Amino acid sequence: MFLAFTGTVHSAIAQGVIWSIMTLGVYITFRILDFADLTVDSSFTTGAAVSAMLVAHGGWNPFLALFGALAAGMVCGFITGFLNTKMKIPGILAGILTMTALYSINIRIMGDSSMVPLNGVDTADVLVREVIPGISAANCQLLIGGVVTAIVIAFLYWFFGTELGCAIRATGNNPYMVRSLGVHTDNTTMVALVLSNGLVALSGGIFAQMQGSASVDMGTGTIVIGLASVIIGEVVLGRHVGFLPRLLCMVLGSVIYRIVIAVVLFLGLKSTDMKLITAIIVAIALFLPTGKRKVQAWNDRRKAMRQPVLVPDRAVEDSIDGSDKDPDEANQKE
Amino acid sequence: MLRLQKVCKTFNKNTVNEKKALIDLSLHLKPGDFVTVIGGNGAGKSTLLNLIAGVYPCDGGSIWLDGNDITRLPEYKRAQYLGRVFQDPMRGTAGDMNIEENLAMAYRRGKPRTLRWGVTKEERALYREKLSVLGLGLEDRMTSKVGLLSGGQRQALTLLMATLQKPKVLLLDEHTAALDPKTAETVLTQTDLIIRREHLTAMMVTHNMSHALQFGNRLIMMHNGQILFDIGGEEKKKLSVEDLLARFRDVQGTTLDNDRMLLS
Ligand SMILES: Nc1ncnc2c1ncn2[C@@H]1O[C@H](COP(=O)(O)OP(=O)(O)OP(=O)(O)O)[C@@H](O)[C@H]1O
Ligand SMILES: [Mg+2]
Repeated sequence: MFLAFTGTVHSAIAQGVIWSIMTLGVYITFRILDFADLTVDSSFTTGAAVSAMLVAHGGWNPFLALFGALAAGMVCGFITGFLNTKMKIPGILAGILTMTALYSINIRIMGDSSMVPLNGVDTADVLVREVIPGISAANCQLLIGGVVTAIVIAFLYWFFGTELGCAIRATGNNPYMVRSLGVHTDNTTMVALVLSNGLVALSGGIFAQMQGSASVDMGTGTIVIGLASVIIGEVVLGRHVGFLPRLLCMVLGSVIYRIVIAVVLFLGLKSTDMKLITAIIVAIALFLPTGKRKVQAWNDRRKAMRQPVLVPDRAVEDSIDGSDKDPDEANQKE
Repeated sequence: MLRLQKVCKTFNKNTVNEKKALIDLSLHLKPGDFVTVIGGNGAGKSTLLNLIAGVYPCDGGSIWLDGNDITRLPEYKRAQYLGRVFQDPMRGTAGDMNIEENLAMAYRRGKPRTLRWGVTKEERALYREKLSVLGLGLEDRMTSKVGLLSGGQRQALTLLMATLQKPKVLLLDEHTAALDPKTAETVLTQTDLIIRREHLTAMMVTHNMSHALQFGNRLIMMHNGQILFDIGGEEKKKLSVEDLLARFRDVQGTTLDNDRMLLS
């Protein structure tokens, strides 16, 4: 029983690392660009489909096929970006449109079928096992996912420190300012969406190879899982840390999410209940900042009511205390 | 330098909310002109500055800068020529980014954004020096998030950012209106100092009559989308707050209490 459980957790960690590449993609749009991009539900599948088809039917090297998945995802991001910036369709709707359109395209990519099996095909983990014989399935996934994630994090850390990266971060923060400083926000939005969906598809591409198949509905709910992971990661380390720790938090968030799911499943819930549980986690997490503020306001009011009126010293002290908190709170709201 | 020829702007055209914000307005700024702009609420002052900056297109007329027609240039392309400070202190800076990153973005105004580092070492020294001139102690907080600064500090920073790359025209839209009187005074003094030191051409919208008289070499009063009068040089120096108020009363009847004008 215990052994079975540790085994489950082990593979949950491996899965979490692979999905963390997707989480990093969602982090770029949701947190950096401040754009809830629903494209990811389909671009994850697109990445999986492209990677599976290239390996199974294109005879590609499985690692090269991952670049194919990355590129395909970038095209998906470009389409949403185009709809949003050039055709002025609101972000959420632009994402939904691309997501819907991609459903048909994904089936086409998979050769007019809803599933591409990869049994007996040389996928990335098969190649790795040839090199390192005796490695367990979970460790093999962990190795591949870990290496790719490390590369992605290094890249993102560098990229968001460049002039272009800074402009993208500022676009999510204050587009008026960015335009007044001579940056075309359409372009920065586009680049962020392209990058984000590229990563999501890369994650899908790896996942398909690891689980040995790609199917048309494997990406459903990706956005919610991504959001849950982003939020869990932020709760764990807090939002007021440097950029690199924050990226690492995203990996941690994905892993924790997978472990939670594994535990819940282990306790006997059905796998089809997962979407409900995930949605509840996200709803609660999104409510947290507001909730915290409400509780704090309530506490402050209670404190103010209890305060003895005739002790001026205490009153002064408290008001200084209060004024210290205010700017911080205002900042968090932003 | 900057020339506006019969520009007009109508909001919500052909609807019941149609509003002619600017009507055939012409204006010519000479290099080094520092123009203060006054006028009641809804006179069209912000619209004028926004048209110059390209926030929205003109319905008619043309805008020329240094002999080039910039009427059709989008906002982000015009930005290379213009420095701007807004009324809202939140508008001019990115609160989640730190002081040096904000300055670095302003330093690259009008230049393509490449994959080079967003902030370099040499720049940091420059920013530190420029910040110390402000006298707000910001030079020791270069890695603090701008969101932690007060409104006045943010405006001073935005002002510095707007002038870090010398703009052909500096546009200030009530940039001290959201500040307390003392901070407003400090930021205004800084503004005047920078404009003089860098020999900038500037337009400053204000509701404060005495500021409008005290600063700049030229004053324009707007009303209903048009320039009522345009006074420069010696004539402006002779003008008093009472004169201005009298002119206001002439055009607006006695509806002065509706205005946000400060009579200090
Ligand atoms: N985006 C907009 N859409 C519709 N109407 C607008 C818009 N911007 C300005 N207006 C209208 O145009 C007129 C001029 O507005 P503007 O903001 O230029 O006035 P202002 O002189 O800056 O006034 P204030 O002193 O209050 O800032 C006003 O009647 C205003 O309601
Ligand atoms: Mg205005």
